[in-house]
Amino acid sequence: MPSHPARATADTAAHPSPLSGASERPVLEVDGIWKKFGDHDVLVDVSLSVRRGQTVCILGPSGSGKSTLLRCVNWLERPDHGHIYLSGQRIGFRQKSELPMSQAELAPIRARIGMVFQHFNLWPHLTVLGNLIEAPIFVQRRPREEVIAEAEALLEKIDLREKRDVYPARLSGGQKQRVAIARALAMRPSVLLFDEATSALDPELMGEVLVVMEELAKDGMTMVVVTHEMGFARDAADEIVFLDRGRVVEVSPPDKFFDVPKTERARQFLQRYGSSLRTGLRDVRASEARQ
Amino acid sequence: MSHEFAIVWAHKDRLLGGFANTILLSLLATAAALALASAIAIALMSHRRAVRAPARGFVDGMRCIPFLLLAYIVYYALPSLGIRLNNWTAGLCALVIYNAAYMAEILRGAWASLPREHIDAGLAFGFSGLKLYRRIVLPPIVLACVPVMGNQIIQIIKDSAFLTIIAVPELTHEASAIQSMYYVPFAAFVSAVALYWLLCRLVELAVAAVEHRARARR
Repeated sequence: MPSHPARATADTAAHPSPLSGASERPVLEVDGIWKKFGDHDVLVDVSLSVRRGQTVCILGPSGSGKSTLLRCVNWLERPDHGHIYLSGQRIGFRQKSELPMSQAELAPIRARIGMVFQHFNLWPHLTVLGNLIEAPIFVQRRPREEVIAEAEALLEKIDLREKRDVYPARLSGGQKQRVAIARALAMRPSVLLFDEATSALDPELMGEVLVVMEELAKDGMTMVVVTHEMGFARDAADEIVFLDRGRVVEVSPPDKFFDVPKTERARQFLQRYGSSLRTGLRDVRASEARQ
Repeated sequence: MSHEFAIVWAHKDRLLGGFANTILLSLLATAAALALASAIAIALMSHRRAVRAPARGFVDGMRCIPFLLLAYIVYYALPSLGIRLNNWTAGLCALVIYNAAYMAEILRGAWASLPREHIDAGLAFGFSGLKLYRRIVLPPIVLACVPVMGNQIIQIIKDSAFLTIIAVPELTHEASAIQSMYYVPFAAFVSAVALYWLLCRLVELAVAAVEHRARARR
């Protein structure tokens, strides 16, 4: 089967040339971000970097600043200090001068960052197809026919082709979130942000969304995933960033993080939430293998 | 009685001519008022006080002026400022200005209750400024206030009857002309009422159809 055009970036990312790899500049760099809401420090000197094709999962207790961090990446929240770079380009401030970017200047950068929200945030006045093609046509100004063909292929991929002309109000939560993921992919983003994409879903609907996310990670999409789904993080992440009270407490590969967490905070967190590890097939197999 | 209606029937061309003017005025006024209201709503929602305050003043001002007086002002008083409009245009302008204020307030209310999430998604996907407003904000708020907008359109139709005082040849004006010429007040005015009723009913049906489609998206 020919590879899908929307996947072009991810496909190339999946097979980086041996020479690019480590020396290549990260797709996303967050460098010393601070954010305060009133007197409350939400993010304190947070840094992380995401290389092409990597899936980075951000874990942490509720209120640890995970969502705020994601919203800072595409400037939906404005960080108080720090720098964010997308493929080397600084977000939020004009080059050379330190003047903040206007919304219009931010727009083309945001269009390169896909975002999947906790509450889907589909546009209710547009059909499923309309949601997918809206930004590619009106923001990226790509040819309508090309965008529609690509959107239809994406709907095929998430198994929702028959919902093409349905309004979001008529979809289940899981279907809405799959459409939201396809909407983000239709932009051919350099990086895809997931803000607790399964938290608003009933447990029986989570699976269908997690499957799509796992496939994307496997296909080499560059992803930053804020999640409470420990099973997903363990299976799909290349790196875990553990956030607590606005600080990055630990950055580890998933096997290290889940089996031998470095910090006491991470241990406590895993004790509390580890029991909610999604017991996917792989988890069951893994625990059998360990015994 | 039937004799009276026969006289009106004999002058049906005049009555229908007035009706056509009423329809045209209402259509144009609705379209223009909605467009103007969309712009005023932006100002009403602005974070900048300097932008918001004049828009707020205009909307509140219009809501406190009787329409009849506004029509007088546009037709009789504006010429002293050097703005001279014929009665038809003056009538249309009065309808647009007056109803745009109401419509802007309706849109503002719907906008204020629009979930922040839709706008966040718009921003995150690279929409900004007017494009964000036109593509992401305006369609759902217009859909959300279809029934109230329908009422406002009916208000425009009924307000247009006031334009008889500046001699715009609309339905009320023509009915009035027929009755004064032949002294058939009952038949002339009842015929006009029937035509107004017909027009308003059509608007109600159209609004119900649009509302039906809007509901599929909620």
